[in-house]
Amino acid sequence: MKSVTLQSRLTSVLLKSLTILLFFAFSVSSYSQDVDEARQKAGKKLFKSLCASCHKLDKKLVGPALGGVEERRENSWLKSWIKNNAEFQKVNAEAAEAAQYSATAMNAFPQLNDAQIDDILYYTTVGEIKKAPAAGEVMVGNQVLEKNGAPDWLVYLLAAAIVVAFLMIASLLKQVSELKGTKKPEVQSNLRRDLQELWVGVKNNTFLKVLTTIFLLLIGAYVVFGMLFTVGVDQGYQPIQPIAFSHKIHAGENKVDCQYCHSSAKHSKHSGIPSVNVCMNCHKAISEVAEGTEIEWNGQIYGKEQLDKEIAKVYDAAGWDPDELAYTGEEKPVKWIRIHNLPDFAYYNHAQHVTVAGVKCQKCHGPVEEMDEMYQYSPLTMGWCIDCHRETNVDLKSNDYYAKIHDELAKKYGVEKVTISQLGGLECGKCHY
Amino acid sequence: MKKFKLIIALIAITTLSSCNDKTTRQAQYMPDMYESVPYDADGANGLKGAPVNSKPVAGTIPRGGVPAYDIPDTIDGYEKAKTALKSPLEKNEKNLENGKKMYTIYCVSCHGKKGDGQGYLATSEKFAGIPNYKDRDITEGSIYHVLMHGKNLMGSHSGQLTYKERWQIVQYVEVLRNDLLK
Repeated sequence: MKSVTLQSRLTSVLLKSLTILLFFAFSVSSYSQDVDEARQKAGKKLFKSLCASCHKLDKKLVGPALGGVEERRENSWLKSWIKNNAEFQKVNAEAAEAAQYSATAMNAFPQLNDAQIDDILYYTTVGEIKKAPAAGEVMVGNQVLEKNGAPDWLVYLLAAAIVVAFLMIASLLKQVSELKGTKKPEVQSNLRRDLQELWVGVKNNTFLKVLTTIFLLLIGAYVVFGMLFTVGVDQGYQPIQPIAFSHKIHAGENKVDCQYCHSSAKHSKHSGIPSVNVCMNCHKAISEVAEGTEIEWNGQIYGKEQLDKEIAKVYDAAGWDPDELAYTGEEKPVKWIRIHNLPDFAYYNHAQHVTVAGVKCQKCHGPVEEMDEMYQYSPLTMGWCIDCHRETNVDLKSNDYYAKIHDELAKKYGVEKVTISQLGGLECGKCHY
Repeated sequence: MKKFKLIIALIAITTLSSCNDKTTRQAQYMPDMYESVPYDADGANGLKGAPVNSKPVAGTIPRGGVPAYDIPDTIDGYEKAKTALKSPLEKNEKNLENGKKMYTIYCVSCHGKKGDGQGYLATSEKFAGIPNYKDRDITEGSIYHVLMHGKNLMGSHSGQLTYKERWQIVQYVEVLRNDLLK
């Protein structure tokens, strides 16, 4: 009964808070009625497509922050500046001074007419229209809470309680049986005597003895060989990297090409770890992850808060001051931990596989675009290399230089297409020298 | 007999426990055969404890290379490149084909397949304000200059591409721009 009253009180509190929320929502939206949404939208679209590569409303980027720029400059001045600032600088001293703001010159936008510029300026004045928190969003919040589930300690507590309960039941049953007067001890001694007799019988039987020894030796050999075969094979190796970089977000969700960052794979033996300069190509502009981004890192879920700190680590390494938007010159190389490492006695060349053979990166490195945390997908053993060399056909397209030798080899082996192994891909000296 | 059992149990436990830890490498037999004597690319400790991949000495030219790009990243430098810098490459199908290949790796995410600024990162609103090539008054020199130094939000792509590849991309971008202007 008590719980029911509590429940009803809870719902009433929830309902009240919801009404208050809704009230606020309506008051906000009624306030934003003053804004001409069509103009704001048109201005925003133009701003995003033309201005946003250098300007933000609330922050300095390449150019100054433009929120409320009409309070600082005359409308006509802005129009002349936007249409062709280089020409305007020649006639207006203020404009020449304004050009000193940045080392890069602003582009001219002769394609914009006065109405369009007014729309853009309107957008810089009113800014974003805040969306009212609708009732639906409250629901989403609840769902998020539910998804988090029970904390770990609760699970352990429950497990402990179950174990204790089992022990109690067991002791109770024992007591009951003792009270009933069952002659359990005798049964036990019988069983023990039987087992003892069996053991003596086995001990005296030579055939069984030999069989058991062989069996044990085989098991032992299996275990030892199993262990020996893991020596130097790091399949599944997943060290904890200094920065929580998710390949899933970069190569998967954002569809950045593997070779954008690992650019030396096309020309070099090494695929190479990109320098932070390559990170900064995008992260100069992207200092925060999108709302709701989550990755799984070292058994934990990293949300926006942690991931923003990870981007800050990149800034730290590159010596980039995100407030001043300038390099400080203090660089600290990131100590990434190498995962794929062939022993020095085996030669492997990325360029030969990526550029010449056109092998996809995923063939050896696995579904990297689905990995938050990178791990070694393939065993990288010799047997694994050779398997692929036996199965893969040589691509003969636009390879006229070798056409003759390919034809002769195909004739020799009586096949239509030559595999890598038939071309000498199994020669010891190809990889070990 | 008892000792034997103990040994087996120990072996079993160590193998099981060593299998489970993903963050350490497996045991190596004769590790001196695994680790290279010369410095590794990207190695942390090179000569005198300095990182291995340091910049080449100023003024050096790699074998088969070209002199370093010396037009500075300034407004005047941009204008100079725009008017004076010309492509050393012959305009042919082969260069264009590789230019397209490189463009698809390094440029397409933002600038889009057609060069209209509608790449995936632009349409998914990660980046804003990517220009359409047809709205910009660009020449082969200015395209190369921007590839070398970057412009506004675009960073320098000189480290990811070779001299020849950059000029091949320039050739492809000019073709895209002409298609857009039609």
